[in-house]
Amino acid sequence: MPIDQSLVGREFPPTAPHEVEESRVRAFAETTGATYDGGPVPATYPIVLAFEAMNAFLEAEQVDLFRIVHGEQRFSYERPVVPGDVLTATLTVASLRQIGGNDIIGTTSAVTDADGALVCSTSATLVHRGGAA
Amino acid sequence: MRSLAPRTFTITRADLVAYAEASGDHNPIHQDEAVATSVGLPGVIAHGMYTMALAARAVAEWFPGSEVVSFGCKFTSPVVVPAEGGAEVEVAGEAGDRDADGLTTVKLTVTCGGQKVLGMPKAVVRARG
Repeated sequence: MPIDQSLVGREFPPTAPHEVEESRVRAFAETTGATYDGGPVPATYPIVLAFEAMNAFLEAEQVDLFRIVHGEQRFSYERPVVPGDVLTATLTVASLRQIGGNDIIGTTSAVTDADGALVCSTSATLVHRGGAA
Repeated sequence: MRSLAPRTFTITRADLVAYAEASGDHNPIHQDEAVATSVGLPGVIAHGMYTMALAARAVAEWFPGSEVVSFGCKFTSPVVVPAEGGAEVEVAGEAGDRDADGLTTVKLTVTCGGQKVLGMPKAVVRARG
């Protein structure tokens, strides 16, 4: 079922505050075979927050996660993320189009710190494989 | 442009389980063959974000201690990960000159079996010192 066009421009509620813990960052880095000794987190770590925001969005719209394939991802940092940061992501649906029975959903998630300052802007294109089944 | 020494990584199903746990992305298309093929995929595929994380690791190792200012790519072709063994992904890169703001642009080429899997992957880093 195609996703409702009226979603474009809608901002979803912010995710619950997420404290960046060194142990969790280390576990994330180690999945790639890297080590982590403190300092700025791996460049793709904010996906943890962006993914949580995306999950809440998909749940609210009753979209099955298994029909979603990632099309594009970008991170733009205002400052490095470090352990101890308490971060929140707020997702906005930026665009929506249908191609060949799939929905192409453009989202942006603003990652802000405990003071409300923007730390990282992320954008994701999600391909909702809705047509076949 | 300055060529950076290519890095090769092997992605196994166990890596995908670990990445799902660490990232929170438990999409079953990264674990379960039947679910993956039911949505038209050729088999279990790596999280695009996992391939991107490997590319980020290569950048971090090419520019130790540097700060990543931006990083982005498209996911143009899935990395199919077999149940036994793994999929080999190669990350190559070329660095431009450091600009007046101290930023270096790194253009990446990420391939699996000779085929590009990420579209126009690019990182901008602020090198230390």
